[in-house]
Amino acid sequence: MASVSKVAPIEKPVRQKDLSDQAPRTPGKKAELIFERSSPDRRGVDPAKSSIDGPSAVEILGAELCRDDLAGFPELSEPDVMRHFLRLSQLNFAQALQFYPLGSCTMKYNPVLNDEMAALSGFAELHPRVRDHLAQGAHELMARLEAALCEISAMDAVSLHPAAGAQGELTGLLMVRAYHRKCGRAPRKVIIPDTAHGTNPASSALAGFDVVVARSNARGFIEASEVRRLANDDIAAMMVTNPNTLGIFEPEIREIATVLHERGALLYLDGANFNALLGVAKPGDMGADVVQFNLHKTFSTPHGGGGPGAGPVGVKRALEPFLPTPRLALQNDQWTLDYDRPASIGRLRSFYGNFGMLVRAYSYILALGGDGLEKAGRLAILNANYVRKRLSAHYPSASPEPSMHECVLTHGLEQRAGVSTLDIAKRLLDFGIHPPTIYFPLVVRGALMIEPTETESRETLEEFVAAMETIYREAIDEPGLLKSAPHTLLLGRVDEVEAARHPILRWQNVSK
Amino acid sequence: MRFLPHSKDDIAAMLQTVGVDSLDALIAHIPAELRERAAIKLAPGLSESEVSSEMSALAEKNRGIDGRTSFLGAGYYRHYIPAAVRAITSRAEFATAYTPYQAEASQGTLQAIFEFQTLVSQLTGMEIANASMYDGASAAAEAVLMARRLKPDRHRVVVSRALWPDYRAAIHTYLSAFETIEILEAPFDRQNGMVDLAELERLADASLLCVVSGYPNMFGVIEPLARVSAITHAAGGITISSTAEPLALGLLKPPSELGVDIAVGEAQSFGLPLQYGGPGLGFMATQAARMRQIPGRLVGETHDSRGQRCFCLTLATREQHIRRERATSNICTNHSLCALAATVYLSLMGRQGLRELAARNVELAHHAADQLGRAGVYTSFSGPFFNEFVISVSDVAAALDSAESEGVLAGVPLGRDYPELADGLLVSVTEMNDAKQISRLCAALRGGDGERE
Repeated sequence: MASVSKVAPIEKPVRQKDLSDQAPRTPGKKAELIFERSSPDRRGVDPAKSSIDGPSAVEILGAELCRDDLAGFPELSEPDVMRHFLRLSQLNFAQALQFYPLGSCTMKYNPVLNDEMAALSGFAELHPRVRDHLAQGAHELMARLEAALCEISAMDAVSLHPAAGAQGELTGLLMVRAYHRKCGRAPRKVIIPDTAHGTNPASSALAGFDVVVARSNARGFIEASEVRRLANDDIAAMMVTNPNTLGIFEPEIREIATVLHERGALLYLDGANFNALLGVAKPGDMGADVVQFNLHKTFSTPHGGGGPGAGPVGVKRALEPFLPTPRLALQNDQWTLDYDRPASIGRLRSFYGNFGMLVRAYSYILALGGDGLEKAGRLAILNANYVRKRLSAHYPSASPEPSMHECVLTHGLEQRAGVSTLDIAKRLLDFGIHPPTIYFPLVVRGALMIEPTETESRETLEEFVAAMETIYREAIDEPGLLKSAPHTLLLGRVDEVEAARHPILRWQNVSK
Repeated sequence: MRFLPHSKDDIAAMLQTVGVDSLDALIAHIPAELRERAAIKLAPGLSESEVSSEMSALAEKNRGIDGRTSFLGAGYYRHYIPAAVRAITSRAEFATAYTPYQAEASQGTLQAIFEFQTLVSQLTGMEIANASMYDGASAAAEAVLMARRLKPDRHRVVVSRALWPDYRAAIHTYLSAFETIEILEAPFDRQNGMVDLAELERLADASLLCVVSGYPNMFGVIEPLARVSAITHAAGGITISSTAEPLALGLLKPPSELGVDIAVGEAQSFGLPLQYGGPGLGFMATQAARMRQIPGRLVGETHDSRGQRCFCLTLATREQHIRRERATSNICTNHSLCALAATVYLSLMGRQGLRELAARNVELAHHAADQLGRAGVYTSFSGPFFNEFVISVSDVAAALDSAESEGVLAGVPLGRDYPELADGLLVSVTEMNDAKQISRLCAALRGGDGERE
């Protein structure tokens, strides 16, 4: 326990001096937009020199096809632009800067080598329409990544096509639909647990299915008997996130798969929480027919402030014909792209996937290897259970079941001190910690969903625990401090209601 | 393992706190049949230098890069990326943040998206734009879904055949579950490469939901969007323009002035590497009256408790995490970091630079078409074009082989997607190509084609 003692409990949050290189703004002073920093006739690139003589573009095309001017477009020098965006960067919390235990988002360390690998000219400058023989390295990488994801998940085939987890869900559900059509059926419904992410019902609706809600039990999981009660010939599939959004493993998952399969329905396993499954349990062994991977979560591609990610799908053999077009195929030792796939659902995007993200994910898998991935999964589970245990005095777990990669905690502060989960989250910002996911899953009142990930040290977890304990005491002694938080950032509490009431979605040049 | 901070002592102490005696004991509740099969049989982990060597070896197997002169386009374009773009997007403060749910801790991302929304609005001439989509193809599909929400009683979607095949395919797939929707293709005029207006008029009946047209289209041709819109509107439908080369909007009339209702596209040209086709950057813009039917994230202006202007995600009641199966889309994230790249790129290009660059592309492309004509290789369509155009060659595969042996990637063959254009080669010319490269292209194609004649 020696290492813990060196972490001093945080008594008062320290002002974050390094958040910006500018003095804190005085109340009422506006942060400048790029358009407001603009000044006529400045430029951030030099005029493009011409290597040819001839008529101008407007003469070639005719004035009637051309616009007048890019009114309102910014005019800045390169140093102006650099300073503007560097300053903006300093207004962000980020995984590389601080603890970011945003539940269900798996904010693990993103190895910087992976960005460097994606920027190799052989990958970054490869045009998607080069002929196959010029893209053998890209195809080999994709084939190896597909094979690795098959091994990790015990699925038979993987497509790297979808751009994001939600697009992976839609891909999977459209394949479910195509599969049933092929079998001469047209079931209309999908079962979705009450703990599911919102993308599950939204994707189901897009894929033409009605949603049937399965209720989780008091311990937070779905019982096979509930699925048996709901299953009938009109059920196309059930979407199960495992571990679920309470961070607990669905213990009856194999029975659920059996119940579904007996009725001709399929099991869609939402891989949003795959980090907990690495070397622990494979979706294919659970009975899953379709699974989507979120490479930006489990496989550490940077979240980018909200994308880009990547959402490959894995399927069992019976669904392979329906995978998106094209598919990689090996012919005479050369990788080619096979477009001749009559049963395929087609495509949901251009080209072959978010290749830059695939490069990063494969680089990550190489770095960890089979042994490293297994260890990462277990340490993610250790970290979540450690935080849960250390906070148990004031923040009890929403479920008595053991936690996997994340824990969902509650608090009695709403009744005891009139302090909301949002207030706790905002106060955490004063400690330099990004808040957990809040108010989700919906089945837990005032939930705090905490996913530490495996790349955080015990000291970091202890700092978080200390902050949460301090906040608990503050909530009792001085609740106003939480209700008006944050106090130490450049901004006070943001008025989100006003933004929705009077939407302003762009800058307007009011002066001219 | 270098990414994992846990020492043996840490693990022992933490296990003790949790109350179990081993890491495996943490997962003892997982059914044994699953646990026993869960080992990951992949090679052991590698050091950073080993990973770097292995990845570099793969990168070097891609041969379309070094020393080659490329005229490939068809939806993804080679443009110079100023160093400042990558300097900003590689900042971990941007790259390793997530969706800006906590506005107080995410103003950098939020303000950049607000600026992106403004830039897209200005380029398209529209009143509002969203925070970005995955790519141009999925944005086109989302636009059709949006049109369906606006006109639920109509069912006919007309897609121009001169729209990129990937975009048409994505529209088909996204709409495949809506059984009442009918997707028809408007042919293109074989003379000018534009959508066949007479045929469009015939298809635009009282059931018309929307028309989707490229601007410029797959052949680089600038569609007569005003006339497309007039036909669409006369039938009561919605006009959707789709742009894969957004640089064109730096010079061409904005979609808003041509009657377009929803303008979508792909903004890879604005500072994103080719990266074998992804990640790209979808965009969507429309008029403010349709604000509540737009899919994806929106950032709005507001103020904080101290009265300072700031930004936050807004109108979330359209979205999946609130509305679930009644959401406008299942889209969750956008392509935020790509939108940041485009925002930095456009800020550098600025009011003058973007227009100049667009003009330079037009001039170079027309110079190339002229030079090819002098070499006896002719363009297939008479319509006005931006920075790419279709030429006819008698044996496309042989011409490509021959050019490749000269170190020239001459263009994208159209035969697979357009059997009727089996002799068609789409040639894209940007500021990355100079007069010398264009001469090499002409020499290579004349040689390749000449040998076969």
